[in-house]
Amino acid sequence: MRVALSFQVNGKPVSAEVEPDTLLSTLIREHLRLTGTHVGCDTGQCGACTVLVDGRAVKSCNVLAAQMQGAEVTTIEGITPDDGSMHPMQAAFKACHGLQCGFCTPGMVMSAIDLVTHHPHGSEREIREGLEGNFCRCTGYQNIVKAIAQGAKAMGV
Amino acid sequence: MNDPKAGFIGKAVERREDYRFLTGVGQYTDDVALPNQTYGYFLRSPHAHAKIVSVDTAAAAKASGVLAVLTGKDFESVGGLPCGWLINSLDGSPMKEPKHAVLAADKVRYVGDHVALVVAETLAQAKAAAALIAVDYEILPAVVDTGTASKAGAAVHDIAPDNVCFVWGCGDRAATDAAFAKAAHVTKLQFVNNRLIPNAIEPRAANALYSRADDSYTLYVTSQNPHVERLLMTAFVLGLPEHKVRVIAPDVGGGFGSKIYLYAEETALVFASKRVGRPIKWTAERSESFLSDAHGRDHVTVAELAIDKDGRFLALREHTTANMGAYLSTFASCIPTILHSTLLAGQYTTPAIYSEITAVFTNTAPVDAYRGAGRPEATYLVERLVETAAREMKVDPAELRRRNFIKTFPYATPVGLTYDTGDYDATLTRAMALADVKGFAARKAESAKKGLLRGLGYAAYIEACGIAPSNIAGALGARAGLFEAGEVRVHPTGKVTIFTGSHSHGQGHETTFAQVVADKLGIGMDDVDIQHGDTGKILFGMGTYGSRSLAVGGTAIVKAVDKVIAKGKKIAAHLLEASDADIEFANGEFRVAGTDRKKTFAEVALTAYVPHNYPLDKLEPGLNENAFYDPTNFTYPAGTYICEVEIDPDTGRVRIDRFVAADDFGNVVNPMIVEGQVHGGLAQGIGQALLEGCVYNEDGQLVTGSYMDYALPRADDLPSFVVETVKGTPCTHNPLGVKGCGEAGAIGATPAVINAVVDALAHLGVRDISMPVSPHNVWKTIRAAQKKH
Repeated sequence: MRVALSFQVNGKPVSAEVEPDTLLSTLIREHLRLTGTHVGCDTGQCGACTVLVDGRAVKSCNVLAAQMQGAEVTTIEGITPDDGSMHPMQAAFKACHGLQCGFCTPGMVMSAIDLVTHHPHGSEREIREGLEGNFCRCTGYQNIVKAIAQGAKAMGV
Repeated sequence: MNDPKAGFIGKAVERREDYRFLTGVGQYTDDVALPNQTYGYFLRSPHAHAKIVSVDTAAAAKASGVLAVLTGKDFESVGGLPCGWLINSLDGSPMKEPKHAVLAADKVRYVGDHVALVVAETLAQAKAAAALIAVDYEILPAVVDTGTASKAGAAVHDIAPDNVCFVWGCGDRAATDAAFAKAAHVTKLQFVNNRLIPNAIEPRAANALYSRADDSYTLYVTSQNPHVERLLMTAFVLGLPEHKVRVIAPDVGGGFGSKIYLYAEETALVFASKRVGRPIKWTAERSESFLSDAHGRDHVTVAELAIDKDGRFLALREHTTANMGAYLSTFASCIPTILHSTLLAGQYTTPAIYSEITAVFTNTAPVDAYRGAGRPEATYLVERLVETAAREMKVDPAELRRRNFIKTFPYATPVGLTYDTGDYDATLTRAMALADVKGFAARKAESAKKGLLRGLGYAAYIEACGIAPSNIAGALGARAGLFEAGEVRVHPTGKVTIFTGSHSHGQGHETTFAQVVADKLGIGMDDVDIQHGDTGKILFGMGTYGSRSLAVGGTAIVKAVDKVIAKGKKIAAHLLEASDADIEFANGEFRVAGTDRKKTFAEVALTAYVPHNYPLDKLEPGLNENAFYDPTNFTYPAGTYICEVEIDPDTGRVRIDRFVAADDFGNVVNPMIVEGQVHGGLAQGIGQALLEGCVYNEDGQLVTGSYMDYALPRADDLPSFVVETVKGTPCTHNPLGVKGCGEAGAIGATPAVINAVVDALAHLGVRDISMPVSPHNVWKTIRAAQKKH
């Protein structure tokens, strides 16, 4: 039994037929070949697979593709301008050295955008608590926290 | 940031690799999808120790989509996964080196050990088929505990009936014992350096392809050192021709040591790819990473420090039992020995040191280098002893350290190293100022008013980076060289591609190395590209580990750049009708000394490739040079870390109030990247102290097998660090004067945190506390101390 669904990915309509147990992360990575979304664990803990679904951060390894009927999904590719520039949050991560190996980074950026959109003007402590769902093993988080504060300012939130 | 006039070295240049990582166009191993891709899945042992009576793969082989099922029998004719360092026991006998079969044939020796590989059209089919494999196990008693492994009564390997791999010694035992005999004070500690699971956020992965067209193999793999991977796999295990195997380590999502090693998975995939005739991909699930990535630390130690009445260190001795796990991983044997015992002088003039290491096999995952690799264990040992001694002798811990600091260089330690340079007083002084140690007493009193306990702890660490030289390492048992290779390819237009053996998986080599090369050649950074991680492109490389990349790999590049400049001078001399000796090179220009006659770097490059007006009788065309660099010594970064904690005695919760790091890394090429490396190291060091601990139960089942059980530090577990690189003492034996900064944080942080925690609890009679210092652990420790007093 396959499930037919239509939804939007990065502003473009997508129609797909998937197995009922296909994860959103699998659909994004394997079917749509949007490999910027990474999978770092099997238990919804690491947050590397975070995307926005209808504007809210969602761990794409923890939802079924079949749940996406009618939804608007945004991945790291979707927030990246075509002209070679970057989204203000991406730019802030670069300016603040908020990434090292880059593996957790797309998920971290998507979580950061959700965080500052829904909780603007967060203190350092609040940003740290808001990152509860995202692991980074490289940076010690300090420059990520700095980047999120700076990115929020640049986004005008 | 492309104007060469201002120079690039020493500047916080933003990273050029960031755009691809931030926009999702990096390419990690699992992102590689090859035409006709198939998928591999490993059936792993559910038992810590069992005899494999039989394996029935018939049903699996017939299952939907299955292309091949391989078991241990398929690998009986090939070699085992090798260990790269031979350690001899004190009695002269070589370490016990049991075969580490690619897939287990007769016995499984840890939970997660590899039993079968299923290859299928889809991953779901491979997994489903693996469930149809019937393995008949005869369960054997498991050896799990490090400290008691040698008396376990069961043997992990028949060739080591007492589970002892080797008993190794370092230093002068008689002189050390004699010094202890006349000591005014002896401080003794017994502790465990807790076992850790590395947890790079990118799980290990591989994708192997065989080509019938030219009988060659291509392997994409999450590796810190693709050439080493290829050499070990071809020459020692599979017997394949090295030149017919290309290993590509594309973007790699963190390593911390765990991606140095040759693992069973990629080896089995390469082997199976010829049989299947199609590319096979495997990516670890996180639970597989927990089970089968090489773990770190796991030492059980007794250590003593002998001190005279004036507080001068006379001698240090220790015995450590080091867990090797079920098999010897690639560098397992040198971690608790060569990289541990040799660091026991720390920053001090301790004249006599003796270290004895008993390495044991257990039915747990193999243990190997994890960020710091032996040096965190040594630093923890020394700095816990020193801090405890200071408390026992009622001397200020900073003063006790200062009294024993090495002050003249070069300094030969009693454990085999010669420190070339350092200024330990400078980093201690700076750290104390940054941490406002003077204000500590007032802060402690404030905390006390709130019913909270405050403590301050120091750690003065030394690191040895860029293990070298190869001939001495060879005499100590290394089975590999420890040089690095670099190539400078100047294109006809004056643009430059650098090929380096130093793989980058977070360290920012693509930026740092470009800063160095652009500076040396006086050209823009945009005119320099850095390539790494592909044996098909890079001439050779020993890879990235031990904080060696800039000191060793960077120096190889500098040496190749020097050759380019030397040849360029000859070309310029011909063009300018001057003698070679009169040509000077600076700011991207070859100039006849004392004149304004000059040729730019790009003009010389073009001439080398369009050699019309060219001394063809004396000089080959082209401008491409390579260099191999084998250092004459380690480099010795050092520094002082200070941690201040506040503990709630009712809940046991430890809050880090401040953490200060003052490091001497010698010269610094990119301070932003260096600071980032320290941040990451500190997080891992603090993680070891407060959160992380690998637990196996008595049956050898991994209890901490997921992120719900293993406490990886999250953003709200950590403070903001104050990190400062002092105006350092440049390394004296590499041309950049650099030392390495990748592991310092992980080395120095752990003892600083524990010293602070013990300081906060000392008035209750607490002398030591086991790691990780969880709230429960603190609460129990306080209660136990109160009962005693």
